[in-house]
Amino acid sequence: MSAVIEDIQKPEPARPLIARIDWVKASPWLYTVALFAIWEAAVRIFDLPYTVLPAPSRIFAALYQYWSPIWKNSLQTLYTTTLGFLMAVVGGLALGLFIGWSKVIYAGLYPLMIGFNAVPKVAVVPILVIWFGIGAVPAMLTAFLISFFPIVVNVATGLATIEPETEDVLRALGAKKLDIMLKVGIPRSMPYFFGSLKVAITLAFVGSVVSETVASNYGLGNLMSSAQSQFNVPLVFAGLLALAVEGIVMYSIMAWVEKRMTGWAHRSTMSH
Amino acid sequence: MTHLVSIENVDMRYGGASGTLAVADLTFKVDKGEFAAVVGPSGCGKSTLMRLVTGLHIPQAGNVIVAGQHVTEPVSIVGMAFQNPSMLPWRTTLDNILLPLEIVERHRKRLRAHKAEYVEKAEHLLEVVGLKDFGSKYPWQLSGGMQQRANLCRALIHEPQLLMLDEPFGALDAFTREELWCVIRDLHAAQDVTIVLVTHDLREAVFLADKILVMSARPGRVLREHRVPFARPRDLEITYDKAFNDVVHELHGEIASARRAA
Repeated sequence: MSAVIEDIQKPEPARPLIARIDWVKASPWLYTVALFAIWEAAVRIFDLPYTVLPAPSRIFAALYQYWSPIWKNSLQTLYTTTLGFLMAVVGGLALGLFIGWSKVIYAGLYPLMIGFNAVPKVAVVPILVIWFGIGAVPAMLTAFLISFFPIVVNVATGLATIEPETEDVLRALGAKKLDIMLKVGIPRSMPYFFGSLKVAITLAFVGSVVSETVASNYGLGNLMSSAQSQFNVPLVFAGLLALAVEGIVMYSIMAWVEKRMTGWAHRSTMSH
Repeated sequence: MTHLVSIENVDMRYGGASGTLAVADLTFKVDKGEFAAVVGPSGCGKSTLMRLVTGLHIPQAGNVIVAGQHVTEPVSIVGMAFQNPSMLPWRTTLDNILLPLEIVERHRKRLRAHKAEYVEKAEHLLEVVGLKDFGSKYPWQLSGGMQQRANLCRALIHEPQLLMLDEPFGALDAFTREELWCVIRDLHAAQDVTIVLVTHDLREAVFLADKILVMSARPGRVLREHRVPFARPRDLEITYDKAFNDVVHELHGEIASARRAA
């Protein structure tokens, strides 16, 4: 009897292509293509001059035409951004642990940090240029300055919000401050830390490009500002496109690292 | 000299000289091996009492003596469990239970070399509270009641002489709570441990304790001490007896009048 049933169920009906596509996985690509398609159509319908808004086809043409300088400058920007970002990771983690260590330090340094963060980093670039000259160093430092704030705040928050019960249980056992930090505080702040890296890496790009635009002979920021001065608008947009791609790639790396390192904080994905 | 905990005329004030007085002239004793419950209106300083006995707070006046010694710093012969199980989500249940051993001075030095022995002990405790084979699970994979069981294991792993419980079952449903009453009852019967239970639940206090301390509203002090007359081992059925409910009723009346007096 059961054999009969098996026989009947065996031929899997060939599902139509449209049902076999994983729409969630496909949608980022589809939406991106759609954005470019709408953009292209709009430029053609309204007949916009390429000096105002170049069509994607024109941008890709510029990308192809200027591939060598774009590639070189992209690597330069990626290099300064990553270095600045790494400095921010080390510095931000250290300062975050320091600030989160005690309520007094937290209370004392927090307003300073906020004031510092409120200063537009583009205003700091000239100072960095006076100190270090134009080039890669100010770009790196701007990336560092702009991206370390979210890291500090997140690490410090993770440390400062240890449940009082946990602290009581451990202190009653004779735990020292260092014990509590090592056993609870630091592991606990790791999801905050890795989460902040996603914000920090995108900010780091903002910092390095701003600095390159104002004061550098290299990098995508410099490339775009010189293209702009020659009214080569498609190249400006090609630079923006390259930057967007770098941003997405670095962001996904950080998201992947976050998931790898602090899987326990993403409970819903691990409970099976 | 059989008192394990002895609190004499203790005053505890928070926030400097003009701060609120949490407990005033607090005096009580708990014998070795005894099960004491502390009940009272909310804000009567029950949590302060916990923190005084464990040495997390040092009182401004009076004496706190635990195991024959004046408490001047945290005493590691105490295990604590709160309403919030506060398991660390990045550690497995077993590793959570082993955490106190990484802290307590006399265990942390030999933990690495004698890991297997301690793990065995933790697994035995898990079995006692009904969590056999759950050691490798993460706390967030356990239900609230199971987390609270694991919390009890963590409080007991370093073989404390005194177990301080601060409303450990407050957040659980009625059936789970009664199940855990029995777990605590059996733990107390099986191990040579003194327990102080702070609770709002009068039935819980009467079912579990040998002695019930009724506290006044803030500033807290002990209004009355009740001996619970029921013989051990107690079955859950006694919670439906008239004698049992009379004790609960009497306690209820006392706390109600303490609230009015406030």
